[in-house]
Amino acid sequence: MTIETVKLTSKDFSSDQEVRWCPGCGDYSILKQVQTVLPDLGRPKEEFVFISGIGCSSRFPYYMDTFGMHSIHGRATAIATGLKSTRPDLSVWVITGDGDSMSIGGNHFIHMLRRNPDLNVLLFNNQIYGLTKGQYSPTSEQGKVTKSTPMGSLDYPFNPIALCLGADATFVARTMDRDPKHQQAVIKRGYEHKGTSLIEIYQNCNVFNDGAFEIFTEKGSKKQQTLIMEHGKPLIFGENAQLGIKLDGFKPMVVNLADVSVDDLWIHDETDLVKATILSRFYDDPSVEGHFPRPFGVFYLNNNKMPFDELFNNQINNAIESYGAGDLDKLIAGRETWVVN
Amino acid sequence: MSTTDTTLESVVIRFAGDSGDGMQLTGTQFTNAAALFGNDLATFPDFPAEIRAPIGTLAGVSGYQIHFGSTKINTPGDESDVLVAMNVAALKANIKNLKKGGVIIVNTDGFDAKNMRLANVPEDKNPLKDGSLEGYDVKEIDVTKITRAALADSGLGTKEIDRCKNMFVLGLLYWMYHRPIENTVEFISSKFKKNQAVADANIKVLQAGWSYGETTEMFAQRYNVEPAKMEAGIYRSIMGNQATAYGLIAASVKSTLPLFYGTYPITPASDVLHELSKYKNFNIKTFQAEDEIAGICSAIGAAFGGHLAITGSSGPGIALKTEAIGLATMLELPLVIVNVQRAGPSTGLPTKTEQSDLLQAYYGRNGECPVIVLAAQSPSDCFALAYEACRIALEHMIPVFFLSDGYIANGAEPWKFPKTADLQPISVEFAKERKSSDDKFMPYLRDEKLSRPWALPGTAGLEHRIGGLEKQNITGNISYDADNHELMVKLRQEKVDLVANYIPEQTIDNGAESGDLLILGWGGTYGALKTATAQLIEEGYKVSHAHVRYMSPFPKNLGELMSKFKTVVVPELNNGQLVKIIRDKYFVDAIPYNKIQGQPFMSHEVVNKIKEILV
Ligand code: SF4
Repeated sequence: MTIETVKLTSKDFSSDQEVRWCPGCGDYSILKQVQTVLPDLGRPKEEFVFISGIGCSSRFPYYMDTFGMHSIHGRATAIATGLKSTRPDLSVWVITGDGDSMSIGGNHFIHMLRRNPDLNVLLFNNQIYGLTKGQYSPTSEQGKVTKSTPMGSLDYPFNPIALCLGADATFVARTMDRDPKHQQAVIKRGYEHKGTSLIEIYQNCNVFNDGAFEIFTEKGSKKQQTLIMEHGKPLIFGENAQLGIKLDGFKPMVVNLADVSVDDLWIHDETDLVKATILSRFYDDPSVEGHFPRPFGVFYLNNNKMPFDELFNNQINNAIESYGAGDLDKLIAGRETWVVN
Repeated sequence: MSTTDTTLESVVIRFAGDSGDGMQLTGTQFTNAAALFGNDLATFPDFPAEIRAPIGTLAGVSGYQIHFGSTKINTPGDESDVLVAMNVAALKANIKNLKKGGVIIVNTDGFDAKNMRLANVPEDKNPLKDGSLEGYDVKEIDVTKITRAALADSGLGTKEIDRCKNMFVLGLLYWMYHRPIENTVEFISSKFKKNQAVADANIKVLQAGWSYGETTEMFAQRYNVEPAKMEAGIYRSIMGNQATAYGLIAASVKSTLPLFYGTYPITPASDVLHELSKYKNFNIKTFQAEDEIAGICSAIGAAFGGHLAITGSSGPGIALKTEAIGLATMLELPLVIVNVQRAGPSTGLPTKTEQSDLLQAYYGRNGECPVIVLAAQSPSDCFALAYEACRIALEHMIPVFFLSDGYIANGAEPWKFPKTADLQPISVEFAKERKSSDDKFMPYLRDEKLSRPWALPGTAGLEHRIGGLEKQNITGNISYDADNHELMVKLRQEKVDLVANYIPEQTIDNGAESGDLLILGWGGTYGALKTATAQLIEEGYKVSHAHVRYMSPFPKNLGELMSKFKTVVVPELNNGQLVKIIRDKYFVDAIPYNKIQGQPFMSHEVVNKIKEILV
């Protein structure tokens, strides 16, 4: 038998629907990167399913020429868990935002992570409610002045990466809309991971929260303010790669490579949960003196936790193997019957 | 000693004790024995919401009533002939429903000063001593003492020994009604397989109960209740929740679709989950989600993927699912929602029955959101209607509510069960693969039932998007077009209405096709209404009874059927729900008759009410 393989292109993944995000929205870049990565995964198009909740980002499935579901607010994670558990043959993706995943859908979000079904989750974090026209979100910084908080928001924000690590996620990464190459690489790695891959994507909402991530994404400040993590490599950053992170016990510090040898720097180990936890706390306000750079890349990877969908189906197969396929007539009759003549 | 034997047509026994006294198990065992003997029967377990309610208190009383006989039995009985009271609280809570002159078997140890205090009975008001039980046939036995004596050498601790008390009572009643103990012995042996000492102790006490009847002078009477004359066939005893689970499994087998049950534990629906989770070898996939919403949403995911998808809950759990039911309605995917109703609103009375949610099933969502609604009328009917719910959901690509209630969910009755081969086939066809040269796939193209194709992810050429936003008919694309929205709302309603062509017509259960009064019931009140109708007819009233199982859409002939009666009465265990819909749909001036006490109708209540209406 010969299998005819037609090389897919990004065009094959664009639907005929007009994309309706605001011009300049970070969502466009994410759509583009996903459409760029998918043809390279060597998988037939019909096996991809994109499930979203509600929010600007959640329109995403309509623009993908794959199977898709634009569901209800916060529940994409639960729907995707049900789909992947029953159809492990599919590649199931969840598209969600900061409000969708961590506010209204917070419960399903953490439970998905602890169960670890083999899903790819793209969390578009724009730190604002876009679709409802600009209220603060669970990742907005405290004091945020929005339509619903004219005197400033009171809530302390979530730290999404720390939240995910706390929920025992097995793949936790961060990337940004303005860096296509980095985004593509991270998305690819997320796809390859067996288990829930959680990718937080800094996404600019140029209408309601413009420039929220500017300091990390724009040329002038990016190198100084971001820390690109690579497995097995020292943590180095800075305009001229002149700075590094060193660990003193559990205490991280920024050092100048003029004073400290590269060999003494923290070597990034994705499989180390304790270190990933420390990195997740590099979450300071960049305007504060002595802050750490914001890390991007894969924080944590755990290949030792069997995905839920596998456990789920193994149990069924074991039951069939141990007890044989069920006999309905036997089941209905039960153990004790009597005859009336 | 000599005993006399009397033959009775039917008997009602109520076992009552503390939650920890094992009354539910005692009742279930007696039920099995009666069923295997060939009696017709109905049961009513009535237990507190608290798992370990304070010992000895009224709040902690757990009851199990069984009505068995040689004639047709439709209800657990209005009043009991025999009351087993393991303590003073159990007596106090149940004496009012004991027939005058009825037998009371009391465990005297449960009437000591401590138990009196816990039950809030003043010391000088001990019912065993103050003459208040005069007129009843009271059998005083110190069950605790006898049980302890019987197990003195068992090596078990007092706590474990005392847990065997219920077996004494069961043994004694087996003796009184000429029932063999063998089945219970077998049950105990398998239940305590891993603890031989406990198994032996229970069996010993069971035998002690039997011998107590045989040897003491206290019981001069034994009773025969002959097997009932039922339709020929093979029978078993079945409980409602169990039947619901079997009905769902049967639908999975017949449709050859694997079943996915996404749910969250809640009383009284949890037993459906417990039951289903035992049968993984039938390709039954149960998923205990993090909450009610995830329960139904995971099921929607499974439905999208091509499974027979089901969610189940009760009371407030259903309220949490309503948004997702709306989504399923928009997606036009098959989904069954099991609602084992309980008394509401809010947390309400979790362990008590009520026909609480018919209006919710009909209307309880945002927007125009019609779904199919079916309601089972008895424990065994749960099988038939759970099966029907799946059949309609799958063949019409539509969400279906299956309503049961706490009363039939936990009640048991004999069931002449069907053969798999005789079940109505369920035909499911998935949309077929397309090549790029074929026409574009139209996810909302409709067939004669107005249902759309079920196009599974993984099928080449069928890539499409669905969602909660209004969509254009046929293409399924998002559409904000005014006319299209109106069309879609009408189509979704018409799709429900069309199901009336695929369900049986309404029949009269008992009585003539026309007359003075029609009792129109639905759900778990079936037995009580049936018994009441039979009595009224016997007394010469021109009364008939029809019981609706297809609630939405109604059978096509329902309006015509009602029109043949001068008066229509709708008895319901709620504040009037079906009656509202009937009035609205048919302009029939139906009279509501309501009971909202967390308890089923008693047939004499219904009889009296109907007579009142007829004067
Ligand atoms: S509101 Fe913001 S997030 Fe939404 S589409 Fe417009 S720019 Fe993008």
